[in-house]
Amino acid sequence: MSSVIDIEGLVKSFGRVRALDGLDLTVRAGDVHGFLGPNGAGKTTTIRILLGLLRADGGRVRLLGGDPWSDAVALHRRLAYVPGDVTLWPNLTGGEAIDLLARLRGGLDQRRRAELIERFDLDPSKKGRTYSKGNRQKVALVAALSSNVELLLLDEPTAGLDPLMEVVFQDCIAEAKASGVTVLLSSHILAQVEKLCDRVSIVRRGRVVQTGTLAELRHLTRTTVEADTVRPVTGLAELPGVHDLTVTGQRVRFAVDAEHLDAAIKALGAFGISSLVCQPPTLEEIMLHHYGDELNHQHVGATR
Amino acid sequence: MTAVTIDAPATMTSGGAFAGTGTLVRFNLRRERIALPAWVLGIAAFMVSGPHVYADLYPTAADRANQAAVVAGNPAMKAMTGPGFGVEDYTYGAMLANEYLGFVLILVGLMATFTVVRHTRVEEETGRFELVRASAVGRYAHLAAALLTAALASLVLGLVVAVGLGTSGVESIDWPGSLLFGATFTVTGLVFAGVAAVTAQVSAFGRAAAGPAGAVIGIAFTVRALGDVADNGLSWLSPFGWMQQTRVYVDDRWWPLLLGVAAAAALVAIAFMLVDRRDVGAGLKAPRVGAEAGSARLGTAGGFAWRLHRASVFWWSVAILLLGASYGSVTDVIESYADNESLRQMMASIGGATFVDSFLSFICAIIALGATIFSIAAVRRARTEETGGRAEPVLATALSRTRWLASHVTVALAGGLLLLAVGGLGLGLASAATTGESRWIADLLAAQLAYAPALWATTAVAVAAFGLWPRATWLAWAVLGWSLLAMYLGALLQLPQWLLNLTAYQHIPRMPVADFTVLPLVLLTLIGAGLVAAGITGFRRRNLDLA
Repeated sequence: MSSVIDIEGLVKSFGRVRALDGLDLTVRAGDVHGFLGPNGAGKTTTIRILLGLLRADGGRVRLLGGDPWSDAVALHRRLAYVPGDVTLWPNLTGGEAIDLLARLRGGLDQRRRAELIERFDLDPSKKGRTYSKGNRQKVALVAALSSNVELLLLDEPTAGLDPLMEVVFQDCIAEAKASGVTVLLSSHILAQVEKLCDRVSIVRRGRVVQTGTLAELRHLTRTTVEADTVRPVTGLAELPGVHDLTVTGQRVRFAVDAEHLDAAIKALGAFGISSLVCQPPTLEEIMLHHYGDELNHQHVGATR
Repeated sequence: MTAVTIDAPATMTSGGAFAGTGTLVRFNLRRERIALPAWVLGIAAFMVSGPHVYADLYPTAADRANQAAVVAGNPAMKAMTGPGFGVEDYTYGAMLANEYLGFVLILVGLMATFTVVRHTRVEEETGRFELVRASAVGRYAHLAAALLTAALASLVLGLVVAVGLGTSGVESIDWPGSLLFGATFTVTGLVFAGVAAVTAQVSAFGRAAAGPAGAVIGIAFTVRALGDVADNGLSWLSPFGWMQQTRVYVDDRWWPLLLGVAAAAALVAIAFMLVDRRDVGAGLKAPRVGAEAGSARLGTAGGFAWRLHRASVFWWSVAILLLGASYGSVTDVIESYADNESLRQMMASIGGATFVDSFLSFICAIIALGATIFSIAAVRRARTEETGGRAEPVLATALSRTRWLASHVTVALAGGLLLLAVGGLGLGLASAATTGESRWIADLLAAQLAYAPALWATTAVAVAAFGLWPRATWLAWAVLGWSLLAMYLGALLQLPQWLLNLTAYQHIPRMPVADFTVLPLVLLTLIGAGLVAAGITGFRRRNLDLA
């Protein structure tokens, strides 16, 4: 079996709001798959449909080879879920909540539980009402990561965690991946996605607009080039795919579309390169590339 | 360098601990624009319709004298309504004061309690309070605004009731009496707003603040009922007793209201004192640490549901036991009513039951209704788990929706049965102890347990609503409220039988009085099972309501 999650043309409406509008998503076994998009794009709705908490209005969804609505219980034994905003029971301690969630899923690894509590620096004896947001996330993370599952569904799992804990989280996901667990990671923390994810899907208004490996996505946007040359550069602006060119003396700086990178560097070589820095687009730039027109669109919508 | 001068903001000089109170009151009223008018108009409409209902039911003085004999002589009626001032000349006004006031004032107490808790403790618990307090808002502002909101609602309610009654045009419902009648509503609202203000400071959570305040209302009612039945002055310990001591439409005494005003002032002063002694978000009772690991039972659907409900089951058991025992403790007093020959003849003429039997069967019905409150609240707990986001991670585990809901419903239905048993035992043991007749224990336990099918069927309405129409879980409260009204007013107002038949409790054999019949119990149980099945099926098919 190659794909753990297989979604085609998924549609879900809440009243008149169309939250998902023909979303396609494929997550391959063993991958850590990044799920990116702004607030309200439909990431959480997709995950809740995968969990059988919401019912799809249209489209085809397969999860671990089953139907997420009718096979919910059987599938849930094989996966663990961390919501972005964990609410705990005010009168249950964190330790009790961990055991509750993990046991209802089908049991947990006690050694792993103890180790994770240690690594996440969590006090499991405090009552749910006294935890801060970050500590509530830790409770759900420990419960999910100490279960023996094939798939982790993580919906902005580190919201509220401090940077040290973010590192612990990234280590844990890397370990999970090494042991063969598939991960769907919805996140706003682009550095986390760049570091952890094999493949990325970008959602916008209920549809996936871009999906692929990070290298593939980078291919679709511009690389920034900075160089010092022996002779001052001329004529570069006329080349196809070159943008934002600035030449100051012997220093040149421009952005170039991925398919024209080769031609631009060859042209640059004619002026004698003494130093060269090429920066691939950051994930942030890729995101902005896909949402730039949305910002414009919103602006138009607002003035209309 | 840029020189920065910091001007003291204007609010720092005009502020103080009450800064922002006015804004918060307007804000509260805006948030309550549906709920408070509904409370006020609902209570007032019910109250103002009273004189007209009586004028239709008892057109002649002779009719009223008959009713006076029923009310004055029957201890069950005294427990239910009040001491019975003015029964010698039972005018419409005297009827209204005696038969409506003690009951309707409970609703006023609930209105004030919910209003104060919603704008103090609940705000704090949800964290919204913190956001507001971080602006130019004083330490006392939230409490002051919540109290003012409740006081305003109580004042408007009092005025609407006074004007509504004063303009009714029914004989003996005069203006001086109507103003006093309205004033009892306002003062009762103030007293219970004060009670809620104190409990909101003491407990750390909103639900925990409404609980003790609700318990105070229950205790006030019980103390009044016991005092009136035994006629021993105990009623003077209850705010409801003070209001009835105004003898409105009979003697029109205003001074007992002073007791209420004084109590309200003292409670409010205590509440403000407590505000100074605690931190935002904390109660005076410090939360404790607990187990680092969950017990094996917690990891099962049933064990988990039990864990969530067990504290509530415990406190309800204590409350129902005390309720049963306190009514049982006056059983011997009730027996002494039977020494009055004319009363005994009157009772014989209206049904042949003894005073004791009819009193105790009435108390069994009251206890059954009380136990149902627990059961419906337990089902509603499933709804708050869902909307509060706590059901989401649980239902993302291998726990099926059916088992999740079924475990909550089981606790609700079995817990209700337990409460009936505890209440019946309390009533029976206390009755046996005071009268020396041990037969009461088994008789009253049986009488009380016979209500189980009615409790289940009414609770099942909440289950069905949860699955099929989750926004309408209040429907079960409406059914319970109607059952309570039917029990009170069915007797007093001679409502048509088909309306009374809509409540499950009407079909339960009134055991010490009537004989046991099995058929209605079986039918009610089946209806309940059907509703539960419908609710579970509906829940399996619908989307979860998630934030």
